[in-house]
Parts: sequence; structure tokens; C-alpha cells
Amino acid sequence: MKANNHVNTESTVQVRKLLEKNKNSKNLLAIGEKFIPKFLLLIALVSVLTTIGIVVTLVTETFEFFQRVSVAEFFTGTILKPLSQNPEFGILPLINGTIISSIIAMLVAGPIGIMTAVYLSEYATDRVRRILKPMLELLAGIPTIVYGFFAFTFVTPLLREIIPGLEATNILSPGIVMGIMIIPMIASLSEDAMSSVPNAMREGALALGATKLEVTFRVIIPAALSGIISSFVLGISRAIGETMIVTIASGSSKNFTFDITQSMQTMTAYIVEVSGGDAPAGSTIYYSLYAVAMTLFVFTLIMNIIARYISKRFKEEY
Amino acid sequence: MKYIDAEKVKNKMGTRLILNNILKSVFLLATLFGLIVLAVLIIRVLTEGISYIDLNFLTGKLSTNPDRAGIMGAILGTLWLMAVVVPVTMFLGIGTAIYNELYASKGRFQQIIQTNIANLAGVPSIVYGILGMTIFVRALDFGNIVLAGGLTMSLLILPIVIVSSQEAIRAVPQHFSEASYGLGATKWQTVKNIILPAALPGILTGTILALSRAIGETAPLVVLGIPALLLPFPGGIFDKFTVLPMQIYYWTIDSSLVDEYAYLASATIIVLLVMLFLLNSVAIIIRNKFQQRY
Amino acid sequence: MSLVIEKKGKDKQMNHNADRMNDTNKENNKVVFHTQDLNLWYNSTQALKSINLPIYEKKVTAIIGPSGCGKSTYLKTLNRMVELVQGVKTSGTITYRYKNILDRSFKVEELRTNVGMVFQKPNPFPKSIYENIAYGPKIHGIKNKKILDQIVEKSLRGAYIWDEVKDRLKENAYGLSGGQQQRLCIARCLAIEPDVILMDEPTSALDPKSTLKVEELIQELKKDYSIVIVTHNMQQAARISDYTAFLLNGELVEFSDTNTLFSTPKDKRTEDYITGRFG
Repeated sequence: MKANNHVNTESTVQVRKLLEKNKNSKNLLAIGEKFIPKFLLLIALVSVLTTIGIVVTLVTETFEFFQRVSVAEFFTGTILKPLSQNPEFGILPLINGTIISSIIAMLVAGPIGIMTAVYLSEYATDRVRRILKPMLELLAGIPTIVYGFFAFTFVTPLLREIIPGLEATNILSPGIVMGIMIIPMIASLSEDAMSSVPNAMREGALALGATKLEVTFRVIIPAALSGIISSFVLGISRAIGETMIVTIASGSSKNFTFDITQSMQTMTAYIVEVSGGDAPAGSTIYYSLYAVAMTLFVFTLIMNIIARYISKRFKEEY
Repeated sequence: MKYIDAEKVKNKMGTRLILNNILKSVFLLATLFGLIVLAVLIIRVLTEGISYIDLNFLTGKLSTNPDRAGIMGAILGTLWLMAVVVPVTMFLGIGTAIYNELYASKGRFQQIIQTNIANLAGVPSIVYGILGMTIFVRALDFGNIVLAGGLTMSLLILPIVIVSSQEAIRAVPQHFSEASYGLGATKWQTVKNIILPAALPGILTGTILALSRAIGETAPLVVLGIPALLLPFPGGIFDKFTVLPMQIYYWTIDSSLVDEYAYLASATIIVLLVMLFLLNSVAIIIRNKFQQRY
Repeated sequence: MSLVIEKKGKDKQMNHNADRMNDTNKENNKVVFHTQDLNLWYNSTQALKSINLPIYEKKVTAIIGPSGCGKSTYLKTLNRMVELVQGVKTSGTITYRYKNILDRSFKVEELRTNVGMVFQKPNPFPKSIYENIAYGPKIHGIKNKKILDQIVEKSLRGAYIWDEVKDRLKENAYGLSGGQQQRLCIARCLAIEPDVILMDEPTSALDPKSTLKVEELIQELKKDYSIVIVTHNMQQAARISDYTAFLLNGELVEFSDTNTLFSTPKDKRTEDYITGRFG
């Protein structure tokens, strides 16, 4: 070991001396050290600016809108006729369409999502889970425009075979497809919540002779409830903000109705229709875009805050 | 006396087990439901669209005549859009992640930034479209060019890139930076030479997944007023453009007028999905190849 | 991070204390580090209580004591790595070559260039063996490829690992065994030719054979370097060190040359510890 270790002194570099020599250039480095955090802070502020940009844009233009249309008319009006000679701007038809499509979506995504989560977390073997989870992620990775196409050209015709009165554009079909789109999200968030329930709790119940089903409903779901609920709330928020599926498959009827076989417009679809129609800047209909977007923004923001609050506030301590 | 009647328990056990097994199948079916829909969707799109995919379709210009229509313009538009989104989001996303994870002092201000990012991630994409239309298209007067679309998309996926980059940075073991500091390295030297290279695979994976979101996103671009029928190919980031999802959108809504448009939409969806599939494969390869052994 | 520096007035008395300690050792060794009345707090918990301790040049000083006694904390104070934990406060002085390193104006990067550190768990960078060694010189501005090659060879030879890795310099360091990794980390430390090497339980994660190799290496290194080693293993301290300090609950109980400390400890607590009555 030692025999090989003789360092040839002649070729030895004097690292110390080199380091001393390089000391001067260190000053430049020191300046960089001071400057870099400030520069990074500026970058980090872009996301704050984005929020400010969104809020300021929406608030100022919405304010302009309310100079022309009263707040009361906007929020209580059931008639939306932006293009008529005597335009009316009641947002209720849009809120109605949004809520109904979200309810349909959640009726699909909620039960199926949670059952998927239960299966993956409690029943599936590791091998099965390793195959199924990436496939569900695939489902989540499909662009919404593709879902929209699917709703319009496949699900609607299919449903019309079953439900004779169904219109070519209706809220039912995009609602269902939106639900399918949201399944992976609810499944994966709920599964996370269920998987993080400690095994000791499972084993404790199983040791008493409970079946897996009983363990799931009496132990796991109650313990993971906050995670499951917050996944539902996030799912609703996602449904409210979803645009392309409803735009394509639900048409642009602004009727205030509860008949799910009919066409209804959501807030998002209205924004698409108006902005795509080249509304002249400065017109009331142009400003209505912002008022609707503001409402949409507030809706989803509240949902997201609720979801975070639930998962934080009721976080189970194991 | 006995509180538990063993006989009763035994009798009930049978039904409990049957119920367990029945519901197990129900849960499995529910899990498969999503996958079946996925299969139906893909089969449907393939059978309708595959015969339309040929060289002419991939390299041709748009046309109202279904037999002559091509999507080269939309493919180029998508690529040019990425040429804006990739550098912008990586620069802003990684920069913000470094700041939040390594420089920001753990205080109120940092919490505000973090909460803000979480909130931004939940803002519907169409609202970003309105922001982009107001700021980039109108206020800055870019018009509906690639740059405006790219910046809008960048802001949209920025929260995803930030969050995944932060996770990647957090996953770099503390002892690497300790070793670097121990040799007299400064903070930035440590960040640049040790932490970032170690976090890079994770950062790239997250960024690529975010990109696939941007590639498939339609709503913000509709709001920006990206045109339906655009004949010239975009040649740079200051040109007008259209992208694959927009093409799918217009062909889908017009399919009630011209039946063949539905097939063109299907064919375009195939191209889009192949693109996304390739991107995701790259992400998975990066993740597996650079999985660290430490 | 804030460093609380006590009034200068105290210094004289402290120097006196240290001199007295020197006298007890009856050797004319040069002192590299002088620790005087060092107190250290993690937020409100005091981890070190008025430590006075000299570290001698080209000797191995072992710091022993039960877990949580503050020995690692003390070691990390010597190159101010302790500051990486938030909420650390210190008082007192540690002079390195007559300069107070706890002074705000003292550049930590410069200190750490002179005072290298080897960690408990081998922690090579996820880079090639070559890059691991070249990292230190590179960040200090040495870019010449030839010089770097020489430094890499010299450092690896210095850590007795050259023969094992010379054919695989471009391979990832994580392909090495745990013992090799630790010697690589020592070589990485040698590459910038430090004055002092701090070792934080460097063999605790290694098997007995690798431990022996690292111990042999330490014996070789002390010809050129001053070494401070924290160890959990009293036999190790007895085997390899010239001086030993025994810490208990953040206090320095006893410091003397290793033979004296292990054969005739003055303090009852030291005796209890080295005879295995606690810890």
C-alpha cells in the first residue's frame, strides 16, 4: 500500500499557492453571490405578478361592466341575450349550466373515482396496481379537446339511441365525459389519502375478524375522509373551469332550464363564444366577458381554498 | 354468560364474505370503467382517422376540401409555440423553485409566494386566456402571434413546473451540499454545480409533463383569437399561427356541416396523441435513466 | 444566523486559561485552533457550555462522549458548518491561526478552504471519481486540465485509493464500496491541501476492514495535517489519537493527551464513561 504512495515531489503542484493566487478573483464571485438572490427573487415575483395581473385585469374590466349593467341585474337575471337589440345580461343561465354540468360530472367521477381508489389502495396487489395506475394517468393526460370530440361525436349519438328526446347538443353528454376526465384526479388523490392510513389501523381491524370491505368502510374511509372530500372539492373546481368539452358538446343555448337533455351554456363556454366572436373592444358584450370570467375565477378560487383548508385543517394525526 | 354467540357470528360470516367479494368485483369494474372508456376512445379515433393520415395530410396546407386538407401549419405552430414555452417556463420555473427552496427565508413572504403558486395552479386555463388576450394581444399589441400564445401558455404551466422543480430540488440529499460547503464553495457554486445537476432529471421530467399539458391545451388559445383557417405556415415566433388542438376544435364543431371533418379531427387527434406519447416516453426514459443511486 | 461576540476584555483571561492548559501538556506544540469560552445555542437550547480547548498542529485530536453531548456540534463549529442549521447562536471565540473565526467579518468560504471536513456517511457527489476530486480545486478557480490531473492523482494517492480507482476515474463514484467512498471523500478533502481536517465519525458507517484502512490513513495524514476526529468508539480514539477531549452534556469534562486520559482520568465522569458505565 505504502510503496505506491511516494508522491513525486517535482511534479507536485502547489495547490495552496494556486489558491492564494486565485483569491483576487473571489471578489467578483462575492459580488455575484450578493446579486443572485435578488435576481432569483425577481424571477419568483413573476408568479405573484401573474396573480396580480389576473385580478387587476378582471376587476377593472368587471368594474367597467357594472357601470353599464347593474350588479343586481347581472347576478339575479335569468335572461342572457347579449346580441339582441335590447341586450340582457343575467348570469344565472350560465351559473345554472355550470352547476348542472358539474353535478353530472361529479355523479360520474365521485362514485367511480372513490371505488377506483378503494380498489387500488385496499384490494389490488402491488403488481396490478403498478399496471393500472399508469394507465389511469394516461386517462388524465388526454387533452380536453379530445374529450370534447369524444363527447360530441361518440357519447351524444350513443345517448340519443337510449334517450330519444336528447338534443344534438345537450348538457348531459359533456357532463358525463367531464366526469370521466375527472375520475383519475379523484382516484389518485383519494388513493393517496387512503394509502397514508397506517397499516396498523388496517391490521387492528382485520385481526378482529373484519372483512376487507368492513375495514374499508369503517376504518379506512373515515380515517381518510378529509383527503377524499378535498379531492371531491378539487374535482368540482376542475369541472367548473373545464371549457372545451362543454363548448363543443353543449352548444350555446342560454336558456335557464333544468332539463339536462337540452343545450345549456356554462360560464367557460360563454367566454369562448364571446371572445371567438370578435366582440369589439369597449362594447358591453366585451366587458361581460370579464364579469363572467371574474365570477368563474371567484368560484374556482373558493373551491380551491376550501379544498386546501379541509386537507390541512382536518389532517389526521396518526 | 357469553356476550358473543359464536353460532350467530359463524352464520353471518358467510354473507359478510360474499358481500366483500361482490363489492371487490364492483370496485374492480369501476377501476376498469375509466380504462374501457380510454380504449373505446382510442379505438374510435384510430378507426376513423388512420386512413386519413398520409404524407399529404402531414405536410399539406389547410383546406376546406377534406381530401386536400393538411396539418403541417398546425404542427409547425405547435412546435413554434413550444419554442417559446420551453425556455420561458424553464427559466422562470427553475429560477422560482431555486429561490423558494434554497434562498427564501422561511417566513411570511415565502408562505405568500407558495400559497400564491398553489392558487395559480387552480385557476381555470380559460382565465389565463383572458389574461393573455388583455395583456399580450391587446395591451402590448402583439396580436395573436406565436409569442403571445407562448407567453400565455408559459404562465399557465408555470405553477406546475415550479412545484415539480421544487420537489426535485428538495429530494437532493442535504449531505451533497454539506460536502460542497465543506470544501469552501459558496452558496451559488453549490447550487449550480451540485444541487441543480442532481435535481435536473426530476426537473426535466416535471417540465416535460407540464409541456404536454401546454401542447394539448385549447381554451386559452381560443380566447386569444387564434384563427380557424390559416394558410401560410408560421416561420417564427412573430407570425400568426394555429396549433393542433385548435384544428381539432374547428373540425369537430364543423363536423355537423361536413361529415368528413370528423375524420380529419380524428386524424389530427392521432397526430396529437402520438406527439404527447413521445414526449411522455422521453420523460419516463429520463426518469429511469438518471434515477440516482445515492 | 447571528454571531454574538463577547466583549474583548475577556480575551486575556481566556488566553491565560489556554496557556495553563498548554502547560499541563508540557509539550511545545503549535496550536491551530484555540477555543475560548465557547457557548452555542440551537434556538433556546444550549448545546455547548463554555468550552476551552486547544487543537494542536499535526496531531490527531479525538473528541469523545455519548450521543448528544455536543461533540459533532463542536466539530462543525470549527468550520462554521453549524450555521447551516437555522437559529444557531454562539458566544466566545475560536481563533484559527490567531484570527477569530466566529467574527462576522471572517469569510466562511476561506475558513473552509483551510479546514476540510469528512462526514459521518460517505457523501461523494453524484459525479465521476475524477470530478469529485477536481471539484474543490475547480471552485477555487483552478481550471488548467494538466494541473487538475496532477491534483487528482496526488490526492487519490494521498488517500491510498489511487491503485484501486486509477483505471476508472471517469466512472460514477457511487460504484465504489462504502469504504472506498469514504477514502474518496478524504481524497476530495486533500485536493485543496487544507491545514486541518475535521472528521465526523468517519468510520461509523463502514465495516471493520474499511475502518482499519481509514484509521491507517489517518495515521499517515497526521504527518502533514492537523486532524480533529469525533468518534463514538473509544477504542478508536485510544488507537489513533494523540489528544482526547471528553464532552458530556455540552461541557468539556476533560482534555489531555490520550494515554493519560485513558490510563489515569482525573474526572470521575471520564472514568465512568471510558470504563463503560454509561453512554
